Amino acid sequence: MRNFGKYVLSAVTGGVIGAAATWLWSNRPGTARLMGSWGNYPKVAAQLHTFQTIAELRQILKNVHSAIPRGNGRSYGDSALAPHMISSLNYNKFLSFDTQAGIIHCQAGVLLSEILEVTVAKGWFLPVTPGTKLITVGGAIASDVHGKSQHKAGNFSDHLVSMELMLADGSIVTCSPEQNNELFWTTCGGMGLTGVILSATMHLIPIETAYIRQESLRADNLDHLMDLFEESESWMYSVAWIDCLTKGNGMGRGYIMRGEHATLTDLAGDSRRKYPLEPRWKPKLIVPFDFPEFFLNSFIIKAFNFVLYHKNPKKVVKSVIDYDEFFYPLDVIYQWNRIYGPRGFTQYQFILPTENSRAGMKAIMQKITDSNMGSFLAVLKLYGPQRGYLPFAMAGYSLALDFPIRDGLFDFLDELDKLVLSYGGRLYLTKDARMSAAMFKETYPQLETFLQNLQQINPNDKFRSRQSDRVGLTK
Amino acid sequence: MGHVLILGATSDMAQALAYRYAQEGYQVTLAARQIEPLTALVSDLQIRYQAKVAALAFEATDYASHATFYANLATPPNVVICVFGYLGEQAKAQEDFAESEKIIATNYVGAVSILNIVANDFESRQSGCIIGISSVAGDRGRQSNYIYGSAKAGFTAYLSGLRNRLAKSQVQVLTVKPGFVRTRMTEKLKLPPFITATPTQVANQIYRAHQAKRDVLYTLWMWQFIMLIIRHIPEFIFKRLSL
Repeated sequence: MRNFGKYVLSAVTGGVIGAAATWLWSNRPGTARLMGSWGNYPKVAAQLHTFQTIAELRQILKNVHSAIPRGNGRSYGDSALAPHMISSLNYNKFLSFDTQAGIIHCQAGVLLSEILEVTVAKGWFLPVTPGTKLITVGGAIASDVHGKSQHKAGNFSDHLVSMELMLADGSIVTCSPEQNNELFWTTCGGMGLTGVILSATMHLIPIETAYIRQESLRADNLDHLMDLFEESESWMYSVAWIDCLTKGNGMGRGYIMRGEHATLTDLAGDSRRKYPLEPRWKPKLIVPFDFPEFFLNSFIIKAFNFVLYHKNPKKVVKSVIDYDEFFYPLDVIYQWNRIYGPRGFTQYQFILPTENSRAGMKAIMQKITDSNMGSFLAVLKLYGPQRGYLPFAMAGYSLALDFPIRDGLFDFLDELDKLVLSYGGRLYLTKDARMSAAMFKETYPQLETFLQNLQQINPNDKFRSRQSDRVGLTK
Repeated sequence: MGHVLILGATSDMAQALAYRYAQEGYQVTLAARQIEPLTALVSDLQIRYQAKVAALAFEATDYASHATFYANLATPPNVVICVFGYLGEQAKAQEDFAESEKIIATNYVGAVSILNIVANDFESRQSGCIIGISSVAGDRGRQSNYIYGSAKAGFTAYLSGLRNRLAKSQVQVLTVKPGFVRTRMTEKLKLPPFITATPTQVANQIYRAHQAKRDVLYTLWMWQFIMLIIRHIPEFIFKRLSL
């Protein structure tokens, strides 16, 4: 027993000494913390500031020369990266929820997933949701995010009643499409450059069930896929996965998924109808470490795409699935971005206007299939116009491709930029990590107006990111 | 269902406790010097958990007001968590007695004043749980914060005596001794990560200790051993250490 005591004591002492040594090592002077966003590229030495009260936020703004607001770090590139970043994650309280009118008011750090946890059971859904629910309301506004319903429901900001933000001087302003509307539309999609969004009030849409009635249709090539999109225009949600490795006649083959919120009638004779607003809980997976770089080689990507395409030989597959499965298939794999390895990846998302979509998409896909820079996942989607001064969307088609960072990639993407530019398209800032200032300037037609407004709102570039400096939104 | 009264509700630890108890279906009453900063917390708890939540004004060092405060509660609580405290500044407290007095008044006298009232109520009702947030700083006086430490030592002894008295009345008294906790108060300090808890971790541990009817809880568990060592260092060595 005496010996046992000694063992415990020495084990504990050893543990304490070990912990202390680790601590001293990790806090040694001059160590800057490297931070990235979702693509893990680029990484910058950064300090993250958090706040829970207005007073704390004002103090941060006083202490830093410049900073960029940041939500859950789900933008892919450097939109939310800067030496000083102001995280809204701790400013995340619900302020009111009108369950009759479907209007919710919350602080900017609330995640869309948290909104769904509260509202779905009461029969309300987000009016617009991107492919992940792990983003903040503030981030959704700053990037003016969109989803599978963009062609019908527009962007996130189209459903805002109003919002409140703190400007560079620490003052708080409320803005809406009616009140301070210039500030409002400069902030929507304004990449956090106008101020720190504090809270927002938005409309929700009513749902009868937490399920989506989905139809999945297989397309033999790009033209076929685009025909199916146009045929599906009246559907609330539509998106397509395409195989961007297959060459020749089958180039651009893939699946289009279209969906509508399921009604109670759609669930007739189904056991899920008993609790239509409470889908069953499903297990989550985790990617616990960065995969080695060789993992996503072209063989794996080809095999994955082959299986995805051939898993269901039927032309049309109908099903009723819960909203998580339909909207957020990747959210169940925690930190899936780590499969791209320690160097990270970038998502190349561009849009082309309708009149050039078919020719342009073919030319660009041809270039991608020829390059062997194959993307693991490629997503095609039909779009409508977008408001604001830095809108990504326009009537046309967008394609999003994931590329692991490797030597030669950026030269290749510069080549793609030229094609996108020649077809009158543009790139999505929220995904971007490398676009040139010249490319940005040529493809965002309302940039001048945005910069004039920003000059009044944020005259000394108090709010700036690595991206805003790179593309010339700040100096 | 249960009703928890959280005294000193503006701290990060108190908020984490409010979330945990609301999630478990408790009615939550938040008491703090000012209730305006609690508005968002109240609406958040109501919306997230459909919890019954109220915020009330409470001043720990206004002893005379405590009896009225407790009597005016709309429904009597069956769990009372005493979270309020004042860390103060040791150097200032050595020079300025007002600072020492404030530390002792908040951490010890104020707690005794309100918990005396709660204890009598729980004793007469023969049920309830009193949770006092003390500190590992009360386990042994150190030069860096012995004014605060001595007030917490007093509070720990008070809770121990209270537990002894109320044991036969089926009233649980839980003494919580947190080590390092990552809060707004300690945001600027560099704390060793392995022995620093988040407020949520502390709140979860407290809730479990409450359910398990425990008497004394160190958060995180390593602190029980760390303090065991610290308490057993001979005084002739300890007095020479710069702790």
